Amino acid sequence: MSESKAVEPWIRRSANPKLDRIMVTPEGVSLNVTVAAAGARAGALALDIMIILGLILVVTIAGLLILWGFGLTIEGNGENARGPLQILAVLWIISVFLFRNAYFLYFELGDRAATWGKRAVGIRVAARDGGRLTAEAVIARNIVRDVELFLPLMFLTSGEASGTMSDLTAWAGFLWVLMFLLFPLFNKDRLRGGDVIAGTWVIQNVKKNLGDIVAPSAAQLLTDGAPVAARYQFSDEDLSVYGEYELQTLENVLRNDQNDALEKVAASICQKIGWEPGSGDERIFLEAYYTALRARLERSMKFGKRRKDKFSTHE
Amino acid sequence: MSTEQALSAAVLRSDRFRLEREADWIRLEDIVTKMEKGKSKRLSDDDVLALPTLYRTLLSSLSIARENSLDAGLIDYLEGLALRSYFLVYGTQTSFRRWLGSFFGGGWSRAVRAIQLDIWIALSVMIAGAVIGYILVAGDSDWFYALVPGGLSEVRVPGASAEALRGTLFGTEDSDGLGVFAAFLFSNNAQVAILAFALGFAFAIPSILLLIHNMALLGAMLWVFAQRGLTVDFIGWLSIHGTTELFAILLAGAAGIHVGRSIAFPGARSHLKAASDAGKRAAVVMVGVVIMLICAGLLEGFARQLVNNTAGRFGVGGGMLLLWLLYFIGFGRERRRPGA
Repeated sequence: MSESKAVEPWIRRSANPKLDRIMVTPEGVSLNVTVAAAGARAGALALDIMIILGLILVVTIAGLLILWGFGLTIEGNGENARGPLQILAVLWIISVFLFRNAYFLYFELGDRAATWGKRAVGIRVAARDGGRLTAEAVIARNIVRDVELFLPLMFLTSGEASGTMSDLTAWAGFLWVLMFLLFPLFNKDRLRGGDVIAGTWVIQNVKKNLGDIVAPSAAQLLTDGAPVAARYQFSDEDLSVYGEYELQTLENVLRNDQNDALEKVAASICQKIGWEPGSGDERIFLEAYYTALRARLERSMKFGKRRKDKFSTHE
Repeated sequence: MSTEQALSAAVLRSDRFRLEREADWIRLEDIVTKMEKGKSKRLSDDDVLALPTLYRTLLSSLSIARENSLDAGLIDYLEGLALRSYFLVYGTQTSFRRWLGSFFGGGWSRAVRAIQLDIWIALSVMIAGAVIGYILVAGDSDWFYALVPGGLSEVRVPGASAEALRGTLFGTEDSDGLGVFAAFLFSNNAQVAILAFALGFAFAIPSILLLIHNMALLGAMLWVFAQRGLTVDFIGWLSIHGTTELFAILLAGAAGIHVGRSIAFPGARSHLKAASDAGKRAAVVMVGVVIMLICAGLLEGFARQLVNNTAGRFGVGGGMLLLWLLYFIGFGRERRRPGA
């Protein structure tokens, strides 16, 4: 489910509209999602690698400390020290294997489907078809990580160590493994090899707060019982100059509540509809205009008529 | 101003719509936030039971709002909350233990049976690799040095004496350090198996090459021992852990081939759909491969050094093979197992 068209109503959502997708839930409701950008993915991965290296370092230091403790108690008695030494070595090998392979599995199987690195940059793993993210999918996408990440790294380090990187075949091999690493850059959904095989993708988390009613003053009453907004009456022509885009811009201005922005917008609306701009009452004026415009646009919306912006002559 | 007053005073119908429902949304947001922070144990039973209902109510609110409201902030909020609660309602709901139960209770053997064709392909590739290795070295023993990396074969080289070779098979190597050796072998083999699987992503060709190369090495080794009449002893030495380890590598290679084949020839499905179907099936096989390699590492590290005669080694190796075959062929046959 990945058409690159946002669900109506038309809303500007992300910085890069190329990454906006639609995901259809099993209930049949389409939800807007934004694919995580390659930069965010790389940042999350770098964080995760640092965390894994840090964990390995901690385990290694802990092992060395235990070793040092044993060295003190058994005062150079080499024969007795071999047993504990081996157990330590076994534990170390196993824990490094687990860190390398199980770290991603454990966190991506959790409720937030994201490793610490992914959480930090605000992205998560999801099933591409809108269904449940299964354990099999998480395992599959992480097994392939070995080829994508560790193979090029191994290639680079071993090649440089033995000085064979000047060899043409070595370079060809390196380019080939690099292809896996750069795979996400060559498809529009930023899928890496593991995502292709597992049927997953990585998307941005969204966290929006429920704002207040945009224009509360429209509902307030003056002391004489008349609504505050009734001070301003707009004719049909006054309201027919703008569309949904302008309504949303006005909504943003009202939500942000910056005085100079309010004044500027009030002035330009007055100019547009041929009113004389007053001063000191911009907020009430804009709320009244917003309410009237939204009521008008929502009414025609019920009849299936949408007006995208002031340039469209839909109505 | 109370909700009723606000309702009656709200000028816009879409604002009234919001005021009527926002209590439910805020309750859902509260539940979702708690669950995302991993505090789901602190939720009351009522809240847990209400989650799916609240989620579906929210979806219908969202659909109505899209058709009736031009409050962009409100729709943004509903979209975000719907996505967050969707991920919780359709999250990975199996606990690790339950998943492991279904895995051993038939999921693994079913996955192995599902890639049967690829297992036969991988098996024939592996046999061909061993035969190629044997024939190459038999024709010109210099091939041995090209196939086998240096560190593996100080003693096991063409022209080595029968005594030296026998020593490597039945040598009373230092039985200390076996545990470390086993752990190292496991970690190393598991990484190779994972590689064999993951390379399947490139249309399975690298997986096949990897299998051929590894088995050619084995074939070359076999020739060295066959020259001194130690064929049976060598196979015994190998089989104690080899039946498990080679089986695991066979399965890993087959899983890789399965994925590569599905990407190359997806049939009626789309390439991406075919790849993800095959990938999930193969992932189950791969978890099993890692488990088999743990067994193989233990057998190689301990049992091979402790069982020092060919008959015993054949016994252990054959027993393991029989066990695996019985499990893969016979286990979890019923389609609908209760609870599986």
